[in-house]
Amino acid sequence: MTGTAPCAPYTLGDLAEGTPCCVPQPHLEIRDLSIAYGGQPVLAGVGLDIPRGCITALIGPSGCGKTSFLSALNRLTDLIPGCTVRGIVRLDGGDVFDAQVDTLALRRRIGMIFQRPNPFPLSIRRNLDMPLREHGVRRRDEREDRIEAALRGVGLWDEVRERLDAPALGLSGGQQQRLCIARALVLQPEILLMDEPCSALDPLASAVVEELILRLAGRHTIVIVTHNLAQARRIANYAAFFWMTEQVGKLVEFGQSRTLFDAPKHSLTAAYVSGRSG
Amino acid sequence: MISSANSSSSRSRVDAALRPALFALATASAALLALVLLFLAGESWPALAEGGWRRFLASDGWYPASGDFDLWPMAWATLAAATGALAIALPLGVGGAIFTRFYAPPPLAAAFRRLLGLLAGIPSVVFGLWGLTVLVPILARWQPPGTSLAAAILILALMVLPTVALTADSALAAVPPDWLAGAHALGLTRSATVLRVALPAARAGIAGGALLAAARALGETMAVLMVAGNVVQTPTGLFEPVRVLTANIALEMAYAAGTHRAALFASGLLLTALVALLAWSAARVGERTNA
Repeated sequence: MTGTAPCAPYTLGDLAEGTPCCVPQPHLEIRDLSIAYGGQPVLAGVGLDIPRGCITALIGPSGCGKTSFLSALNRLTDLIPGCTVRGIVRLDGGDVFDAQVDTLALRRRIGMIFQRPNPFPLSIRRNLDMPLREHGVRRRDEREDRIEAALRGVGLWDEVRERLDAPALGLSGGQQQRLCIARALVLQPEILLMDEPCSALDPLASAVVEELILRLAGRHTIVIVTHNLAQARRIANYAAFFWMTEQVGKLVEFGQSRTLFDAPKHSLTAAYVSGRSG
Repeated sequence: MISSANSSSSRSRVDAALRPALFALATASAALLALVLLFLAGESWPALAEGGWRRFLASDGWYPASGDFDLWPMAWATLAAATGALAIALPLGVGGAIFTRFYAPPPLAAAFRRLLGLLAGIPSVVFGLWGLTVLVPILARWQPPGTSLAAAILILALMVLPTVALTADSALAAVPPDWLAGAHALGLTRSATVLRVALPAARAGIAGGALLAAARALGETMAVLMVAGNVVQTPTGLFEPVRVLTANIALEMAYAAGTHRAALFASGLLLTALVALLAWSAARVGERTNA
């Protein structure tokens, strides 16, 4: 399975001695991003660069706007009634919020994994086949190749190859989450947004998914929300710490995860990562 | 697992009194239903005992005076009317539900739902009246005599439409938002989200609603009686008058006696069995969703 990893072993932290997969070059540039629900601001003035091929962890207490931030990146916020987003998110130079942007194509480039595994109530195969079909992959053999590649990529192929037509909801929680990752991968996205992808899984399944995320980095840029600080420390190259001040989420500190965890610049960050607050 | 049935405490006297009282109420309602069924079976027994079921299936027609009680023509008419009504109401109702759930602006969707609720509350005799005075004359101008299977189908379709639309609407509302969010995050179009994710997920609920609607269509009496023409014959065309089982009971009960009366009860038993079968299937289909 290591064949899918573009450059294993993947090193964490210090970019100077890291692999070329994670490069300090912005894939997503976020400038002065603010989000409000029904006029009530939940996140204000966030600016950071998501580096290409790296794992960027978003940490901070619940309710400080991390998930909203993530949903703004693929414009899933468009679908929430009363939600307004201001600011700029540039993907390869183009503004994601531009009215001309085809959101369907955007979401194909920026995949998303949710907190609770959400495979569709279809067969394992159809879960991957349907999105491909809907995105215009007409040739059946091409779809089958891509389905197999995606399932191999998430280490699920050997577990499900005999029962591709069985219901996806019959899989275990960890398998379902990997299937959801495969469903995102089958569209070959550049960026994967992950909203606490391990929080609904047991520790063993969580470890498997965590390892998978590490393998996906490099080929994909990964932005992950996690409440598990140990996990963020283990897998993230970069970390962003969000905190709520006066009911509004703000970005307090952003940097290489080693620095943020071991030598935080801000006292709030220091208190949070050491477990003294949050 | 904590069962609420076992968690009653002896501390509360209210609970102590409530339990037997509720038990009595539950038993009474179940017993009433059982009594109705027993009564139906008992009253139809003379006809069943005398000629057996064959009498109802292989007679030369429905001539109570000469002891011929062939239920087939009316059974076919009943099934044809219910099936036809469902064939019209299902696409209309499900389409309407999809529109209100996924396309309509919220005020319009709310108005649409309220209207359907209102439609569901209209007494069947009013539907019949409208059918008789408006629908039948229109049909008669085109395909006389107007009172026909087609009229019955159209009226029944209108009557079961709210059932189909409202159950489909709530089945679509019950589709977990996680799935819809997943579909949007994959960049699926709205139509793909509806057709490939929401509809399959709501399929069981929609099917359950359709079965309930079918049960209602089978059991409807007054409106059908008013527009169907009530000639006992196996339907061979949409525009021929037919008599359905329910209408037959309503029309003849007043003067029926002896075996004739028992035969009417037997047709009631048959209808009850059909409706029970449909309700049971609806429940089974519903269970499968939750599995």
